[in-house]
Amino acid sequence: MKFVIAVIKPFKLDEVRDALTRIGIHGMTVTEVKGYGRQKGHTEIYRGAEYQVNFLPKLRLEIAIASEQLDQVIEVIAAAARTGQIGDGKIFVMPVERAMRIRTGETDVDAL
Amino acid sequence: MTRAFLRLALTAVAASAASPVFAQEPKIDAGDTAWMIGATGLVLMMTIPGLALFYAGMVRKKNVLATMAQSLAATFLVSVVWALIGYSLAFTGEGAFIGTFDRIFLTGVTLDAISPLAKTIPESLFMIYQMTFAIITVALVAGSVADRLRFSAFLLFCVLWLLIVYVPIAHWVWGGGFLGTYGLIDFAGGTVVHLNAGVAGLVAAYVVGARRGYGSENLAPYDLALAVIGTGLLWVGWFGFNGGSALGANSRAAMAIVATHLAASMGAFTWMALEWWTRGKPSVLGMVSGAIAGLGTITPASGFVLPMQAVLIGLVAGAFCFWACTWLKLKIGYDDSLDVFGVHGVGGFTGTLLAGVFAVGALSATPELPGGVHGLLEGNPQQIVAQLYGIVVTLVWSGALTFVILKVIGALVPLRVRQEDEVMGLDVTLHGEALQ
Repeated sequence: MKFVIAVIKPFKLDEVRDALTRIGIHGMTVTEVKGYGRQKGHTEIYRGAEYQVNFLPKLRLEIAIASEQLDQVIEVIAAAARTGQIGDGKIFVMPVERAMRIRTGETDVDAL
Repeated sequence: MTRAFLRLALTAVAASAASPVFAQEPKIDAGDTAWMIGATGLVLMMTIPGLALFYAGMVRKKNVLATMAQSLAATFLVSVVWALIGYSLAFTGEGAFIGTFDRIFLTGVTLDAISPLAKTIPESLFMIYQMTFAIITVALVAGSVADRLRFSAFLLFCVLWLLIVYVPIAHWVWGGGFLGTYGLIDFAGGTVVHLNAGVAGLVAAYVVGARRGYGSENLAPYDLALAVIGTGLLWVGWFGFNGGSALGANSRAAMAIVATHLAASMGAFTWMALEWWTRGKPSVLGMVSGAIAGLGTITPASGFVLPMQAVLIGLVAGAFCFWACTWLKLKIGYDDSLDVFGVHGVGGFTGTLLAGVFAVGALSATPELPGGVHGLLEGNPQQIVAQLYGIVVTLVWSGALTFVILKVIGALVPLRVRQEDEVMGLDVTLHGEALQ
């Protein structure tokens, strides 16, 4: 089992979710985060004060999948989240030791 | 074109001269009383929640509740002290410098008592109407030292500043004191409220010192939507602030409301336009700031000028206050966090002066003064002298005594919160609460 963490641009959420649903991935956890990479921030001006805002809003998606699906999932997320502009985000993969569905008690791959 | 318009205005005012507002005999008038009750509510609303929202939206998240606490505290503390003694000292007697103790604890303010200063409404109503002005003036000052003033220090400030700074100035301008008798015109508080609070705020910002991180850290507003809502409440409430200063349900109140609204509109537009031109984008903060600038500036002139003059005053207000908040502030280098001086101080000064320029006699005609008060443009340059006199007196009294009061309070409790507390935020450190 693998844990896929994708940091994407917020407005891409629906597209990524739809693309994953089409390949049979039906669950994820989403958090609102701030981050920066190569994308520069923007300037905000409030009366006499100017602020350079470097942290940009992003979404962090966490998806647990069976190892065999990894390549396909990465490809699908990247394609859906890509705009070609700086700041599209990144995908990280981590191994998952164990998993359980709380309601039924199913474990590992049966829990995904 | 102006001549023809003035003739029209004169006819209109003369036609309404038969209304009860010109009665000499003190007698409670139902219409006046009904309006003034409404106006009192409107002006109280300007502080809670108007100013509370306006200010709180502009500070950082960790200080939102503490900022609102200041408007709340100003409301309940000033209310009681005003009733106990403030009203009496401000609005009784014939003294040039201060009132008497005739109305201390509101003795004498019986069911049907009438103040000679407001002959057609109950004195209790006049008292509470004036109370709402005192409340908001005190609450305004807190904006300059947002994010860093100790709450206990602020409570002491409310009481001392109300009695030592606000009450005397209110007496001098409105309560029968020397500025009013000299000829200063200030319809609803260009000197008493705005210039006063503005100067006090500037002094406070200087005495308390800048916010930690001012000039280097991101101090961006938590939620400007709150500030916009606050602005709406202030704008509408101002109809009671300026309209109610006519102390009656009459055409002068209506005209004052028209002037108020047009000045606000023009102020908002002008600030927005200037910001768009100089910085590339018309900000929402700019629009609301311009509106408040227009409102503060028209305040002293609202009962003395015609609608088109109010438009001009609004334009000047938007431009001048924009300059004060974006250029002058940085040049002088003080951290007046919420621009109390830049908007209210500069606005009050400008409006008081412009009232002397534009005052139209027909609008202030009374049986005692059939010609009304004439401004510079109606051939009375002496009015400018009276206005300047009022401005200087207010400036000096407010500036000097605010300084002294803050120093005295500072000797009892530190004015500023501890550095760690300022970093953690005032909500949690002063009040034990936090927005979730």
